[in-house]
Amino acid sequence: MAGVAKNLAHPASDRSRFENNPATREPPWVKRLILGLALTFFAVFLLLPLFAVFAEALRKGWDTYRVVLTDEDALSAIRLTLIAAAIAVPLNLVFGVAAAWCIAKFDFRGKHMLTTLIDLPFSVSPVVAGLIYVLIFGAQGWFGPWLREHDFKIIFAVPGIVLATIFVTFPFIARELIPLMQAQGKDEEEAAVVLGARGWQVFWHVTLPNIKWGLLYGVILCNARAMGEFGAVSVVSGKIRGETNTMPLQVEILYNEYNYAAAFAMASLLALLALATLVLKSWIEHVSRRDYAPVVEGKTS
Amino acid sequence: MSIEVKNIRKAFGNFIALDGVSLDFPSGELVALLGPSGCGKTTLLRVIAGLEQADEGTVLLEGEDASGTHARERRVGFVFQHYALFRHMTVADNVAFGMRVKPRRERPAEDVIRRKVKELLELVQLDWLADRFPSQLSGGQRQRIALARALAVEPRVLLLDEPFGALDAKVRKELRRWLRRLHDDLHITSIFVTHDQEEALEVADRVVLMDHGHVEQVGSPEEVYRHPATAFVYGFLGAVNFFHGRVDEGSVRVGEDHIGASGGDVAQGAEVVAFARPYELDIVTDTDTKDGVAARVARVLSFGVTARVELDGMNGSTGQHFEVELTRERALALNLAEGQEVRLVPSRLRVFERSAVAAAGVVVSR
Repeated sequence: MAGVAKNLAHPASDRSRFENNPATREPPWVKRLILGLALTFFAVFLLLPLFAVFAEALRKGWDTYRVVLTDEDALSAIRLTLIAAAIAVPLNLVFGVAAAWCIAKFDFRGKHMLTTLIDLPFSVSPVVAGLIYVLIFGAQGWFGPWLREHDFKIIFAVPGIVLATIFVTFPFIARELIPLMQAQGKDEEEAAVVLGARGWQVFWHVTLPNIKWGLLYGVILCNARAMGEFGAVSVVSGKIRGETNTMPLQVEILYNEYNYAAAFAMASLLALLALATLVLKSWIEHVSRRDYAPVVEGKTS
Repeated sequence: MSIEVKNIRKAFGNFIALDGVSLDFPSGELVALLGPSGCGKTTLLRVIAGLEQADEGTVLLEGEDASGTHARERRVGFVFQHYALFRHMTVADNVAFGMRVKPRRERPAEDVIRRKVKELLELVQLDWLADRFPSQLSGGQRQRIALARALAVEPRVLLLDEPFGALDAKVRKELRRWLRRLHDDLHITSIFVTHDQEEALEVADRVVLMDHGHVEQVGSPEEVYRHPATAFVYGFLGAVNFFHGRVDEGSVRVGEDHIGASGGDVAQGAEVVAFARPYELDIVTDTDTKDGVAARVARVLSFGVTARVELDGMNGSTGQHFEVELTRERALALNLAEGQEVRLVPSRLRVFERSAVAAAGVVVSR
């Protein structure tokens, strides 16, 4: 998290200077030991499972892979996942920008409280998050009878899945933007206002360009989580085949049915999504580092 | 354009930043708001710009009450301490911003904007930087661009918040002179905030001294320096020596010693602090004289045009340090040695009541 802001604090040159300086350099065996440990961990716990997913998915060949993924239930799961993400991510985008804006640029009572509350979805178990919605909107919940009267289903239907996804992915964008916007201060916005800019002009021409990389970074992380969420969605979904199964839920069902080829095929799609996310993320880090390049101070004009 | 503020009060929680400030800034003058940090000078500037809302009081721009006018409609130019240039725009786009955000019917045509940007960049002598980004500029260049950007909207008044505060000493001095010249050419009513007394005295037509949310004195640089109205002003503008004592028949009694001073309107027997600038003290080596205050020479620094003598107080002023500035010739004639006992005789002394001095927080209590 807070990747863009973090990059600003640690320019790469500091690290290499530390390493090349004989006064601060560690003996080679220390370096090799630490590096070896890290790489072993990386291989055993990350690389091996990732490889296993693709190996299992393709074990029965490309044709099987294509068939199990174009199966009707599979397509429905993919569609639902895309829908949930397509609703949750834009909503959290709006909320995240608004929350970050008011926390970073204004002082008000309860600001600290709001900052803490934004983190709530991170600290609460996703299962609990799902249960909350069952308690509120379920058949025996607070609004259950009212919803039944009006023939509107939330739990065990698409709206419930979308709600659970929004809840779980709530903090991503706000958390990314708050430190960035706080670091940038409000001088530029004030300068724009004094120069005659209206509220939306300030946002569009000054604030947004300054946070665009952080925002994109947050959107990508938010999207990855929205598509990969299991716990909260599993509680509210009801797992009706072809209707309320998202991709992660589909993987579980197929696996429980010993349909390994299909389960791993679906899992491989999620893994691909993760890889794509990582590539995008590092690209953004690279580009934003260039954009926020440190400034040479104190040169005489 | 003239600016007038009346009875401005502003508090941040329990901290009172401005406590009933009334000031008048006549048209075309360059005025410095001078004071230590936390004295309310920046807050006052932001209230005038509309970036801060006063709790009480009115701001009159050209005689019109502007208290209800939004900052974007006040037509003020504001220059920030840390430049606040738009970092994702080129220098030219930064300068053009104020013209481009105007409502369509007031907005100049694009070629007019471009010509205006070029003119402004020539005015600040940086037209060759038009396509650069702010991060590629030095601090001094950035502040000049910020000034060009502020001037682009043809402001009725220019407000500068510690404009040179973030620059190193050499650039600061250059820009100071440059700002003064620019003001002489444009004659736009300008207020600039600074905590650097040298900067204020050197650049401004008039200086407003502020402390703890109050205006202490308003006057020309000469006036405030030569005739400080309060103990705070005296202590803030330049180095100062002070003597704690009691008024006794037209002179000030410091311990066993007397220093002659026109007591002014201070009552007989009152606890006072007497102030003298380093160049207003003379050193007398004849310790038999009854005049002046006894002190011991601690160090003689005579490498400059003038010689500086640092002394430690004795008798009534033990534990205090004094600083005296002499001509080199005088210092050579005196032939002072470290540890030598001498007497300090002020040629000019300002006496303030102890209570007033304590309130101003100038003198460190012993």
